[in-house]
Amino acid sequence: MNGFDLLIDLLSWALILAGSAFLLIGAIGTLRFPDFWSRLHAVSVTDSAGMILLVLGMILQAGLTLVTVKLVLIGVFLFVTGPTATHAVANAALVSGFLPEGLSRPALPKRKAVRKKSPAKKTKATTKTRTRTASKTRKGGTG
Amino acid sequence: MRHHLILRVVVKLLVAPIALFALYVQFHGDYSPGGGFQAGVILAVAFILYGIVFGLAKVHQVFPPWLVQKMAALGVLLYAGTGVLSLLLGYTYLDYGAFTPGHPEHGQHWGILVVELGVGITVAAVMVAIYYAFAGRTPRINDEDW
Repeated sequence: MNGFDLLIDLLSWALILAGSAFLLIGAIGTLRFPDFWSRLHAVSVTDSAGMILLVLGMILQAGLTLVTVKLVLIGVFLFVTGPTATHAVANAALVSGFLPEGLSRPALPKRKAVRKKSPAKKTKATTKTRTRTASKTRKGGTG
Repeated sequence: MRHHLILRVVVKLLVAPIALFALYVQFHGDYSPGGGFQAGVILAVAFILYGIVFGLAKVHQVFPPWLVQKMAALGVLLYAGTGVLSLLLGYTYLDYGAFTPGHPEHGQHWGILVVELGVGITVAAVMVAIYYAFAGRTPRINDEDW
């Protein structure tokens, strides 16, 4: 039994240290990468990975208790919200016209092209085409 | 608004758990960190998040401004009413021991629970009211309504 406990302890500390390393690398990447997109990439990917590893390590530390249930709930919450927050930031940057280096406007998705074509009926036309393209892509995605 | 597909799905998933977590923080406040103020803020966050993604009109349907205003007053009424009730029972203001004279700990437990509920309701309503006031160009809550 004692050897089993030691094994669990070693495994949990390995997970916690790996998660901490991921978060540290993400922090360094956020500070040192040259532009917005690579910084966002660095912090989002490492944040999710480090969070999962840390939560797993802490679950192994806690054992079968109520703390584990809470940790699982926190993990699920962060697993959903982290990438969503990254998506929201990246989407806001892309929509407001802040492009990655080397990517020109025609390479963007169809929405931009549609908006360019009809500057006069801006709001109505774009929303209509937007919904149409959205439904099309959704159908394509499921089918 | 149609193109925020991911945000809409995630917010739909998260609003109910956030409101549930607010209730947990509210009623677990005697045993763990938390209490009325934090629970009120978390409950307000559920509505504010919904309003940010789905628009002010939708969140007005869920939590109409007239209800916000009534709830802000209801929480204060709960708080002050508890104090006045203990005054009427012959004790000092907000002396929770008044409710169960034989066993003051029970009275204190229930008194704090009711007072914290009042705090939570008021804080949630006021936070949502502040969001409505900032997000709405034309305020649904007029100065005369207060």
